[in-house]
Amino acid sequence: MTPLTRRRLANFKANRRGFWSFWIFLVLFFVSLGAEFIANDKPLVIEYENHYYWPVFNAYPETTFGGEFETETDYRDPYVRDLINSKGWMVWPPIPYSYRTINYNLPVPAPAPPSADNWLGTDDQGRDVVARLIYGFRISVLFGLVLTAFSSVIGVAAGAVQGYFGGLTDLLFQRFIEIWQGLPTLFLLIILASVVTPTFWWLLGLLLLFSWTALVHVVRAEFLRARNLDYVRAAKALGAGDVTIMVRHVLPNAMVATLTFMPFILNGSITTLTALDFLGFGLPPGSPSLGELLAQGKANLQAPWLGLTAFFVLAIMLSLLIFIGEAVRDAFDPRKTIAQMSTAMPGEAAAATAARKEAAE
Amino acid sequence: MTIMPPNPDLLSVRGLRVDFRSDAGATQAVKGVSFDIQKGETLALVGESGSGKSVTALSILQLLPYPMAHHPAGSIRFRDTELLGADERTLRQVRGNRIAMIFQEPMTSLNPLHSIERQINETLFLHKRLSTGAARTRTLELLRLVGLPDPEKRLTAYPHELSGGQRQRVMIAMALANEPDLLIADEPTTALDVTIQAQILALLKDLQSRFGMALLLITHDLGVVRKMADRVCVMNQGEIVEQAKVDDLFIRPRHAYTQKLLSAEPRGNPLNPPDDAAEVMAADRLKVYFPIKKGLLRRTVGHIKAVDGVDVAVRRGHTVGVVGESGSGKTTLGLALLRLHASEGAIRFDGTDIQGWAPKRLRGLRREMQIVFQDPYGSLSPRLSVGQIIGEGLGIHGIGDSKEREAMVARALEEVGLPPEARNRYPHEFSGGQRQRIAIARALVLKPKFVVLDEPTSALDMSVQAQIVDLLRDIQARHNLAYLFISHDLRVVRALSSHVMVMKDGKVVEQGPTQRIFEDPREEYTRALLAAALNLEAVESPAVRT
Repeated sequence: MTPLTRRRLANFKANRRGFWSFWIFLVLFFVSLGAEFIANDKPLVIEYENHYYWPVFNAYPETTFGGEFETETDYRDPYVRDLINSKGWMVWPPIPYSYRTINYNLPVPAPAPPSADNWLGTDDQGRDVVARLIYGFRISVLFGLVLTAFSSVIGVAAGAVQGYFGGLTDLLFQRFIEIWQGLPTLFLLIILASVVTPTFWWLLGLLLLFSWTALVHVVRAEFLRARNLDYVRAAKALGAGDVTIMVRHVLPNAMVATLTFMPFILNGSITTLTALDFLGFGLPPGSPSLGELLAQGKANLQAPWLGLTAFFVLAIMLSLLIFIGEAVRDAFDPRKTIAQMSTAMPGEAAAATAARKEAAE
Repeated sequence: MTIMPPNPDLLSVRGLRVDFRSDAGATQAVKGVSFDIQKGETLALVGESGSGKSVTALSILQLLPYPMAHHPAGSIRFRDTELLGADERTLRQVRGNRIAMIFQEPMTSLNPLHSIERQINETLFLHKRLSTGAARTRTLELLRLVGLPDPEKRLTAYPHELSGGQRQRVMIAMALANEPDLLIADEPTTALDVTIQAQILALLKDLQSRFGMALLLITHDLGVVRKMADRVCVMNQGEIVEQAKVDDLFIRPRHAYTQKLLSAEPRGNPLNPPDDAAEVMAADRLKVYFPIKKGLLRRTVGHIKAVDGVDVAVRRGHTVGVVGESGSGKTTLGLALLRLHASEGAIRFDGTDIQGWAPKRLRGLRREMQIVFQDPYGSLSPRLSVGQIIGEGLGIHGIGDSKEREAMVARALEEVGLPPEARNRYPHEFSGGQRQRIAIARALVLKPKFVVLDEPTSALDMSVQAQIVDLLRDIQARHNLAYLFISHDLRVVRALSSHVMVMKDGKVVEQGPTQRIFEDPREEYTRALLAAALNLEAVESPAVRT
C-alpha cells in the first residue's frame, strides 16, 4: 500500500459519519443479498422421516411428505404443516413470507395494519411489507450497482478517447453528447418501456442509454490535462501506443475523479429506477420494488404504513449513500491529502512547499 | 510591556525558530537563525531548496500559514518594533509600507483581473491615502523609475499583456510605492531569462542606491550573490552555517558546506570526439509553424514560426548545445527531431529520412532516440514504481523476458548511480536529482544512439546540477552517444557541448564550436547573451528584449 493510499484511507475513516454509513450500508446490503433465508414462504430446513430437505434450494412435490398433489408443496398450508410436523420438524425463516406470498388469514381487509404477524402490515394485495422491503432493497441496490458499473465503464472510455485525441474527435463527440443530453429522457423511457416488456435487463439497457454521459466530462478534462504532461510525452518517446498510454499512464489519474463521482451516480441510478416504478413503467408487475410501494402508499392514504415505510427506507438508503459519497470525496480531496502528506514529510521540503504556496497566494 | 533598548540595526533577527505542525508531529524548518541588516546594505540568504531561506524571509513579515507554522523561540525586531507575534494592525503598518516584498513568479504575484494602475494604486491608497489624481501621477513616476517602456500606455494594461521581465518591473514598482526601508526579494530573477535577469538586477541595484534602502536577497544563485550582495548568510537545513562579507566568502569559504556549494558549479570540458564521426541525427530546413486562425470560418491568417528553417546535425559522440531565451523554439526543435511534434523539412536519422513516417513504422526506431525532460517531477508517472517506469520501454519493444528485463533495469539504475533496490520504490520517495537520474536511466536502458536532453538540470539545485552534468558526460563517453542538449544555462552548455547553436525567435542566430562561440561571439545577440549569463551584465542592445 502506498503512503497515498494509506493517507486516503485515513481521510475516509476521519469522516466518522461516512465511515459508519459505509459499514451500515454494507451490512444491510449483505443481509438483503440473503433475502431468501430471511423472508421466505418455505422453511429453511425440514427433517422428515430421518431425511433432510432444503426447500429453499430444491422444489419438492407435496407427495414427498405424504400429501396428495404432484405440484410443489405449499408449506404454509396447515394440512401440509401437520403432515410434516407429525413425522419430523422444520425451521422457518424469521419472516415466513416471501415478497409474493399473499396472507389469506388477514383478520381485516388488505391493506392490513402492522401486527405481530406482519410487522409493517401488508400491502393492498395482502403481501407482507417487510418481506417486500427486503427484496426491494436488494433489487434497487443491485440495479444501481450494475447500472453505475456499466455507465462508468462507457463514460470513462468515451471521456478518455475525447480528451486524449482532442481536436475534431473531441469537438464532434461533445456536440453529440450535448444533443443526446437534450433529449427528454423520462418521456423516451416511458415510450420505450411501453414498446418492450420491461425486465431487469431491458430497463438497465434503456437507462444506460442516457446515464453513461455523467462521467464523460470529468474524465475528458483529466485526459485533456494529462496528455501534454511530460510523462505522457516520455511514454510516446519510448514508443508506447495510444492505448497503452491511456490505460497505463493517464487513466490512474482520472480514476480519482471517477471514484469520487461514483456514489452519487449510484444514488441517481436508484432514484431513477424508483421513479419509473412509481409511475408504473418500471420492473414487471409483482416485482418487489420501493417505487411500487410508494405508489401503493399514494393510492391508499388510509394505510399510512405503506407510504411512510417506503419513504423512510428510501430516505435512509439514499442518505447513507450520500454520506459515503462525502467520505469518498474527502478521501480523494487533493487539498486534504497533499497538505497532510507534505506536512508529514520529513525535512524542510515540506516547509518550503507550504511557504511557497502561501507566497503564491 | 517592557521597554526595549533602541535597536542600532534596521532589522535584527535573533534565534528565530519556525516549526510546522502536522498530525505526524512537528517539522523544524528553521532552527535558531540570527542576522542583522543595516540601513542601505544588501544581505543575501543563500541555500539550496529546503534550506529554510524562504521561510525565514516570510516570517519577517509574518506571512507564514499560521497556526500551522509557529515560532517556539526567537525575535524579529524592525527598528524598535517587535514583529514576532505583533498584532495585525502593527503588521499592516509595516507590510508593504516600511518593509516590501517581491516574489519569484511575477505571473502569479499580480492579480490577472486588475490593470497595472489599479494594482499599484492599491498600496498608495492603503498606506498614503492619496487622491485618485495624485495616485496616478505617483504611479506613472514609479513606472518610469523601474524603466517600464511607455508607462502612460501601460497603465491600463493587464498582467498578461506584459512580458515576464516587465511584470517583475511592475512588482518592483508596487514594492517601491511607499519608499520602504527594507525590500525583501525572494528569488526575484529565477523565473526570468538571463538577459532580463541581468536587467532586473541592475535595476534593483540602481534603485537601492537611489533610495538608500536595505535589500534582503534570497537566492540559490551564487552568481547573483557575488554581483549584488555586501554580506552573505549561507543557510543549510534551517541553520546559518556561515556569515561573511561577500569577498571573504568567495575567496576563503570556511564552512565545509559553503565550500561544497562554491565548488558545485558545473565544470569540466566536453569530450573530444573525432570530427568526422557519422551523423546520427540531422535536419534540413526544419520548420514548425503554428497557424493563427481568425474569423468565423477560422481561416489561417498567419503563422507563429516556432522553428523557422533550422539546419542541425548531431554526430556520434558529439553534443550539440542549443541555447536561447524562453520562446526561442529550443524545446520545439527537440520534439520535432524526435517526431513528437509535427514539422516540415527533412529529418534524417542514421541517414534515413523519417519525416512523414507513420507512428507504427516509427515505433521500431523509438528505442534508438530518447528524451530526458526538464521537470523530473512531471516526467515520471506518479503511480508506477521506478522499475515499471524504466522497464516500460523494454516491454514495448519486446526486449528480453521478464528476468532479463529486471536485470537490465538494475544495471541501468547502477549506471546512473542509484542502488538497484530503488526499482521497487515510487518516484515521490526520491529527491529531484535522484528523479532526474531515474529519467536518464529510462532513456538509457534502451541503449539509444541519440538523446535529446531538454534542460535536464534547470529544475535542480546547483550541487546536483554538477553531478548530473558529470553523469551525462560519463555515459556519453561509455556509450558513444549523440546528445542534443537544450539549455538556457550557458555554464552547463559550456561544460558539456562540443558545438553550440544560438536560437532566437525560431531561427539559428549563430552556430559553431563551443570554444569559438564563447571566446569570439560574432553576433550582437550572442554577445549580449554571454555577458548576461556569465557576468550578469545588462546590455543595452536592440537585440535584447525588455
